[in-house]
Amino acid sequence: MSGFPFGSVDELERALGEHRYLADRGLATAIYLSISLGKPLLLEGEAGVGKTEVAKTLSELLGRELIRLQCYEGIDASQALYEWNYSRQLIAVRAMDAADAATHVEDLFGEDFLVERPLLAAIRAGDRAVLLVDELDRADDEFEAFLLEILSEFAVTVPEIGRVAAETPPAVVVTSNRTRELHDALKRRCLYHWIDHPQLDREVAIVRARAPHVSESLARDVAEAVARLRELDLAKLPGVAETIDWANALAFLGADGLTEELATETLGAVVKDHEDQQLVATRLAEVVGEDA
Amino acid sequence: MRERPDRDGVAGRGPLPPLIAFGRDLRARGLIVGTGRILTFVRAVAALGLADRDSLYWAGRTTMIGRRDDLETFDEAFEEWYRSLRPIDELGVALNLPTAEPGSDEAVFGPEPDDLEVQVGQAAAEWHGADEDEEPEPGEESSIRIVASGAEVLRTKSFGDLTDEERERIAALIRSLRLRVPLERTRRTRRAPKGDRFDLRRTLRRSLRTQGEPFDRAWRARSARRRPLVLILDISGSMAPYSRALMQFAYAAMAAGRRVETFVFGTRLTRVTRTLRTKDPDRALHEIGRQVEDWEGGTRIGESLKTLLDGWSQRAAMRGAVVVFCSDGLERGDPELLRGQMARLRRLAHRVIWVNPLKGSPRYEPLARGMAAALPSVDVFLSGHNLESLEHLAGTLGG
Repeated sequence: MSGFPFGSVDELERALGEHRYLADRGLATAIYLSISLGKPLLLEGEAGVGKTEVAKTLSELLGRELIRLQCYEGIDASQALYEWNYSRQLIAVRAMDAADAATHVEDLFGEDFLVERPLLAAIRAGDRAVLLVDELDRADDEFEAFLLEILSEFAVTVPEIGRVAAETPPAVVVTSNRTRELHDALKRRCLYHWIDHPQLDREVAIVRARAPHVSESLARDVAEAVARLRELDLAKLPGVAETIDWANALAFLGADGLTEELATETLGAVVKDHEDQQLVATRLAEVVGEDA
Repeated sequence: MRERPDRDGVAGRGPLPPLIAFGRDLRARGLIVGTGRILTFVRAVAALGLADRDSLYWAGRTTMIGRRDDLETFDEAFEEWYRSLRPIDELGVALNLPTAEPGSDEAVFGPEPDDLEVQVGQAAAEWHGADEDEEPEPGEESSIRIVASGAEVLRTKSFGDLTDEERERIAALIRSLRLRVPLERTRRTRRAPKGDRFDLRRTLRRSLRTQGEPFDRAWRARSARRRPLVLILDISGSMAPYSRALMQFAYAAMAAGRRVETFVFGTRLTRVTRTLRTKDPDRALHEIGRQVEDWEGGTRIGESLKTLLDGWSQRAAMRGAVVVFCSDGLERGDPELLRGQMARLRRLAHRVIWVNPLKGSPRYEPLARGMAAALPSVDVFLSGHNLESLEHLAGTLGG
């Protein structure tokens, strides 16, 4: 694939870091292999560990366009691949003379009336793009099978226009929150990486990179508190995104470190489930690290 | 393909056998590792160009598995495999594997039947056969007899009072039950003669026949699909007379659709969905018996349910599901925990059905603390002590 300027995993890891994405060795290896072997990268992990961010950073890094397909319940080919602009077609049809109609019908199904959706855009852009298929688990089985077909061929036949194929496929990142298990066929086509919550030092570094105005001491306090939160028995564990949010909120209040009082005021930035909040409230001193 | 310098001199072994052997190890541990995955693994090792522990680990982990649950097994297998390698020598050779250069188009448009693919395929074929030829279970499947006359009596006899032979007959009957899971409307639309959404695409097509005048309009309507079905079975000691029958019921339930999950619990929760998908029910049950460590032990309903909701509420598609909870409600843990978790379950699920074999007794009242705590969150409360009641259950799913 052209334009992959990294000779080793280390180089890629450094370059990601320069783009403020601090990947660990495993993730960097997975990205490196995904691009070297030309296989889509399937990322799973808890919400907020930075799955989507991988694709964004990668597109910056490679200087490619990011094409995002957000999946949702009920998504189908016409929303993911292409659609005709029916309203325009209707108007065009009505504007035609009856005599013209026969000769102009073909024009109705030309480029002018084609609405390009993310997958078609990605096929056309080929290796000038990074395709992000976000939260695939939200789509249904049929859509997954359809996507598998696209990912296998990177070509599609639009009956009225003909076959559109990518000369070189785009880089592909697929994310899933595991609200359901994806099919093995799709998994076999992909490289797989599970993103865990980061280690403490890495999380501090991530906060510092993503929210530069947060002081080192605050970042460390927050990361430590979040690490303790993750050990509590919460229904919804805070992700890195929550850590950053929380640090941001605290910095906005002018904090330089975390106290129980500050934590009480800002808890909503990091714990977002009512029952979890009740549980955390009773153990806040411990979470903040003040009970010693 | 480029010429490969012949450096396979390490005791006559090429670089491939150890890498392929790793695939076999993983298979032996029950992971689904096909030739395709092994091939990708070999390519990944070559693409990384390094054979240190980290690279091998990550090359393996990204290519050989596809779900988080397999991580632990993978890690164990890797440890063992890595230690078994004669370091450096063998793996130094691995770098000379024929492979597409990182960055070349070949790799991208993959599968070109190259040297490598052939080699991996052959090596894998050798142990493929060996693995699949497991000795068959001593054949009982022909023993499922057609039950005619005794059936009516059997239907109402409690599972607790069955003889061994009756148990066999009942098992077959339960397995042939057909469950109908209710439908839910999805957001996906399909063409329909009448619907609530205008189908512009087809309308336009039709309008071409009438000089662009859209006389003949087309419609779409939202479609429907089966709701997920989740079975949660208590297999603790007090449920022993019923748990075998309930497992047969679970086996029958698997046929109710693609979105069916089964969990069993005593003191801890075990997911048995994948095992139940096996074709042979006796074998599946045998396998579950091995999987489940706390068969006929104590009961911690609240805790087990909590594990389920914490860990599986996302994955197992509990949202909008029909949940069948089979337990006698004799909770040894804290009933308050159970109360809270049942309320949580109720919020997630479409319908919660509690099946309690004790309810089969006319004198039964739900006085057990666990049962009393759970009941407020239960939509339907049924017995499940005999075939008739399970038939009733199968029919009740639809509401």
